[in-house]
Amino acid sequence: MTTTYDKLLFEISKSGRKGYSLPESSVDAFDLNSAVPDHIIREEPAELPELSELQVMRHYTGLSNKNFGIETGFYPLGSCTMKYNPKVNEDIARYPGFANIHPLQPVKTAQGAFELMHRLEENLKEVTGMDAISLQPAAGAQGEWAGLLVFKAYHQANGDGETRKKILVPDSAHGTNPASAVVAGYDVIEIKSNKEGRVGVDALKEAVGPDTAGLMLTNPNTLGLFEVDIVEIAEIVHEAGGLLYYDGANANAILGKSTPGEMGFDVVHLNLHKTFSTPHGGGGPGSGPIGVKDYLKDFMPSPRIEKDGDTYTVSTNHEQSIGRVKGYFGNFGVNVRAYSYIRSMGAEGLQQVSEDAVLHANYLKARLSPYYDTPYSSHCKHEFVLSGNRQKKLGVRTLDIAKRLLDYGFYAPTVYFPLIVEECLMIEPTETEAKEELDAFADAMIEIAKDAEENAESITGAPFHKAVKRLDEVTAARKPIVIYQKSE
Amino acid sequence: MTKLHRYLPTTDQDRKDMLETIGVSSIKDLFSDIPESTRATKDKAIELEEALSEQALTKHMKELAAKNTTTETHAYFLGAGTYDHYSPSIVNHVLLRSEFMTAYTPYQPEASQGELQALFEFQTMMCELTGMDVANSSLYDGFTSLGEACNLAVSATKKQTVLYSKGLHPQAKEVITTYAYGMEYDVKEVGLDGTRTDLTALKEQIGDDTAAVIIQYPNFFGTIEDLKEIKSLVEESKGLLIVMANPLALASLESPGKLGADIVVGDTQPLGLPMSFGGPHCGYFAVRKKYMRKVPSRIVGQTTDKDGKRGFVMTLQTREQHIRREKATSNMSSNQALFALGTSVFLAAVGKVGLVEMAQQNINHAHYVKQALENKGLTVLSGNDFFNEFVVKLDRSLTDVTDELLDNNIVAGYDVSKELDEDNAMLLCVTEKRTKEEMDALVSLLTGEGK
Repeated sequence: MTTTYDKLLFEISKSGRKGYSLPESSVDAFDLNSAVPDHIIREEPAELPELSELQVMRHYTGLSNKNFGIETGFYPLGSCTMKYNPKVNEDIARYPGFANIHPLQPVKTAQGAFELMHRLEENLKEVTGMDAISLQPAAGAQGEWAGLLVFKAYHQANGDGETRKKILVPDSAHGTNPASAVVAGYDVIEIKSNKEGRVGVDALKEAVGPDTAGLMLTNPNTLGLFEVDIVEIAEIVHEAGGLLYYDGANANAILGKSTPGEMGFDVVHLNLHKTFSTPHGGGGPGSGPIGVKDYLKDFMPSPRIEKDGDTYTVSTNHEQSIGRVKGYFGNFGVNVRAYSYIRSMGAEGLQQVSEDAVLHANYLKARLSPYYDTPYSSHCKHEFVLSGNRQKKLGVRTLDIAKRLLDYGFYAPTVYFPLIVEECLMIEPTETEAKEELDAFADAMIEIAKDAEENAESITGAPFHKAVKRLDEVTAARKPIVIYQKSE
Repeated sequence: MTKLHRYLPTTDQDRKDMLETIGVSSIKDLFSDIPESTRATKDKAIELEEALSEQALTKHMKELAAKNTTTETHAYFLGAGTYDHYSPSIVNHVLLRSEFMTAYTPYQPEASQGELQALFEFQTMMCELTGMDVANSSLYDGFTSLGEACNLAVSATKKQTVLYSKGLHPQAKEVITTYAYGMEYDVKEVGLDGTRTDLTALKEQIGDDTAAVIIQYPNFFGTIEDLKEIKSLVEESKGLLIVMANPLALASLESPGKLGADIVVGDTQPLGLPMSFGGPHCGYFAVRKKYMRKVPSRIVGQTTDKDGKRGFVMTLQTREQHIRREKATSNMSSNQALFALGTSVFLAAVGKVGLVEMAQQNINHAHYVKQALENKGLTVLSGNDFFNEFVVKLDRSLTDVTDELLDNNIVAGYDVSKELDEDNAMLLCVTEKRTKEEMDALVSLLTGEGK
């Protein structure tokens, strides 16, 4: 896994080399100088690297060897659903009929693309229990924002826009929830979780009022716990005149078991790059479609895809719509992969996904709870949290445990999140890991717990076997170097 | 025995063993926390079509794909924000490396050095092209990057109005209007003089409340705006100059940074990324240093490990939602990291000389077609100050023309009649990929000679 390759593109560049070929120009050159003021013509060419094709490939292969993906090994990153990303979906997304088509080409020449989007919308309606879907949002956070703008448009249409300015967010929520509320123009009220790690009905009753625009909820929540009072929670919010938003980051736990629609949610987003197997790409692209109930349809993003007989059209005339949230039709290439995944699984397959994901999480939790503090004892859904408090007393922090896991050939769990658990480790194994892999991970975690008692330095110094040792993040933030600096 | 799906490894025996360790008798016990009234039952189970084998799946998907017209069979003279350009084969090969493709956001930098370094290189190259000091590691697309730029400008200047030129992409206008609806500020349009921004109108509209002025470069109609002159107008107010630039054009055009831009955004799709029906593409976002701590989304920084060896980490994270929650500069979490990587591979392969050559071929081809159309008596609404797009005014319905071109394996340009308030105005794009034969065929069809 370790490699010595550590050059930057700019350090291996040599003037005159190139890694591309273009045909000879078949027409006369046009001198742009003759048509624009002098200062518009670029004076100095951009300092881009100059490399042969093999040099470029070797550079990126060298870099990829220093990167950990799902095919490298187990990736238990909580709330990120790092399941296998099927290879055939990559082939499919690259079919010229999907990859080499233009979003503004005549609608009649892209019927296959619209049909695919329509079919995906229909499938997602089923999975979420919602009445309409928009595939436009590019990621979960954009879905949240779009969904909250739907709240806003709804309240304004009811004449409540000026008074309903507050969004309730549990303290266990993803950071995007409060941040999305703010960019949708809302104030955030934090709801404290109860002792069981869930939204307390009493705390919620106290928080709602005529200023409530809605509640954002992840269910199961980021502790991996199902909000057992969801029916009552929905009633409380709705009775107060608010709406209920479902953050779909953890939808992998409920496929075929329940739907946000049944639970009483009004708006939902899904992370197709989590639940529906599209690759995360090292941070993106994702896709975050939103679904709404009937009474919110008019506020959905525009444009929308319509089916008329066997023909698909695009409609843009939606007066009450919140408008466009992204260019064209969303991250189409990601949506192709997600549709392909759903067709590969079917309803039974998706239900099996959730059953195995939940089984795997509970199994790992059972194996690890003797060795780590387990703040919430009830059965979890697809993920669970541990606390490194016991190890902290021995001088080993959760961050150290995370780094030590890298040495064992695993990625680390999500750490220090949710914020309400001290020294938190959030573990999500997913359904695509074999039991042998879960056992190997559990064995490593147990060995680390034992080492914390007897041999703490073996953990606090980690990682020992990666391309670099522990990195200095503090200096990076204090004295930021964010572009390449030529050394003197 | 349960029949296993190809993606699911857990056998009946595994299940039995795991349930025993957990201490429950059946999988149902693990779902008993879902309230009964909300549970899926036989009558309200989700209904989807039957699962497909790999072979049946690819057949179905090929059938859908076959219903679309593609660049395989047609010559595209359609641009308007998404472009059919050359991309070296190696771009796709690098993107397919699963160590990059299947990784998550690099929360553990020691196991993510490859990607972090690639993003650091991306930031460096975007700063080179735009002439700015700091770039982030990508946003969703060009239009959402522009929305984020508006939010930054309003927050930095504490002013409430963003002015945009009518020469801005219509969908970009729509997206920033939605952003403004969210954060509750105003966006106002500045009119055109022909196919360029009306500077007299701009001067009149800039006021004390102007947070920013947005100019597209080259603009939506292909015309190259004079950023230097525009900057001199913006400077009188305290507003920022936001430029949305085609990064390929920046190989030939002076960088917006040198001409006074405060924020430069855009989409790197022209740099090696498939059109993919409009997404995923890759937004870029670059600023002057003074706005570094207000930038949305991930920034990669250089540092050292405890042995003093160079390494890379996500940095300045106190801007971000996962740390600051409601006080973050933006709600961005996922971005388009993989396509930032794709752009970097493209730029590394094409390089310093190649990008200039490629840009020049776009200029040559587009001007060749423009000249040929004019020579044959058609009216071109653009001057000669354009990169690879210009507007031609035709004498018949664009629907008819578009259909006729389709019959000849050509995808026509974009209808901008409404935007320019002209009849039958078509925005044509001619990239380096178009051959002389294709260009000549277009000209003869548009001039009626090809009938």
